[in-house]
Amino acid sequence: MSSVVGGVGGVGGVEDGPTALTALTSRFGSAILRAGVSCGDQIVWVERDRAHEILAWLRDDPEQQFNYLTDVTAVDYRDPERPLEVVYQLRSLSRGVDLRIKIPLDKSQPLRVDSVWDLWKGADWIEREVYDMFGVVFTGHPDLRRILMWETYAEGYPLRKDFPLRGHFTRAEQTRQALAANPEAHYSLEELSLAEAYDELPEDVKRRLDKGERGFVR
Amino acid sequence: MGLIDAPDSHAAPTPTSAEVAGVSPNFITTKLDLLANWGRANSLWPMPFGTACCAIEFMATAAGRFDLSRFGMERMSFSPRQADLLICAGRLPFKLAPIIRRIWDQMPQPKWCISMGACASTGGIFDTYTMVQGIDTIVPVDVYVPGCPPRPEGLIYGIMLLQKKIKGETIADPTLRQEHMVDDRGFFLPPEKIDEISEPFGNSVHQTRSA
Repeated sequence: MSSVVGGVGGVGGVEDGPTALTALTSRFGSAILRAGVSCGDQIVWVERDRAHEILAWLRDDPEQQFNYLTDVTAVDYRDPERPLEVVYQLRSLSRGVDLRIKIPLDKSQPLRVDSVWDLWKGADWIEREVYDMFGVVFTGHPDLRRILMWETYAEGYPLRKDFPLRGHFTRAEQTRQALAANPEAHYSLEELSLAEAYDELPEDVKRRLDKGERGFVR
Repeated sequence: MGLIDAPDSHAAPTPTSAEVAGVSPNFITTKLDLLANWGRANSLWPMPFGTACCAIEFMATAAGRFDLSRFGMERMSFSPRQADLLICAGRLPFKLAPIIRRIWDQMPQPKWCISMGACASTGGIFDTYTMVQGIDTIVPVDVYVPGCPPRPEGLIYGIMLLQKKIKGETIADPTLRQEHMVDDRGFFLPPEKIDEISEPFGNSVHQTRSA
């Protein structure tokens, strides 16, 4: 990275947007569904099945260098005909430009996208959040489980438009399920990075972990 | 215990007249009460359970200008095992419900609870899928402090009300220290009651539960 050009990302996006767009269209053709500019941000809609390939190319191509994944999120529109969109917000730190990639998903089909965790490790928790809130399954994600709601949460995916504001269950049932949850069960040793350090741990700690006192290491 | 009248708390077998004579208030017990309550009311050790903006006001209450030490509360007890007053300052999501329940269970008797602010008391504006609609569905509450968030004066007034309540307690009443568990699922109130007090109000009645 020669220099980090910050501050003028929006402007840079407008200038650079067509470049990325032309390159994408010439290279991936029909996989690029459509494109648009909103508030100075270049948006490209891409096909679900080739999205991972496109994102990998955007990261690795020396002309593009989108080496920073700003955010992953999803949008569920109130119109039931309109597809749910998974949104990848990319930034090139070296070039100082932004690009937004959207993947439309048909809501009548299972919501499934390839995980970009292998491209940007930071996608780990934000893809878990999208899974937690929208129920989008990221194939290839190493640890796809709920992150905001507790893991035994059974009411569905709260940010979907068909999810009632207060949830599906009665307050008494929600209270009962919440009280029945074991808060300690949610901290796995993988999360605490103990698993990697397992071999360096003292013997007595290893024995405790093997017994499963706070979860299993392996 | 608590202002909430727990169901069936008075359904215990009727005591015989000898039992009543043994525990009913008399000169000894009232003088003992006076002493014990004086000590308890003026040396409350609060366990602050701060989850939101109310905790900021609580910190202000504990700091120099408002000075909780005047009430014998200068020792914040960050371990529930050495606390006798749980102050829930802020909204309580369902994910924290088992945690506050466990903290409450870890506190030794005698213990009291202040629900500070609108969200802790009723769920406040958060009438949503994540939020406990009043911590009195999880733990018994003695004093509700209204406000969003309450001013330190409000919290201090709540504490003074609690002290007044403590000074009215008597060892002659064994039900004061009973934990009114409805069943082994940890409910403090029966499910119908939880549904009733969690009823939507205000603008949120227009949000239907149906999909």
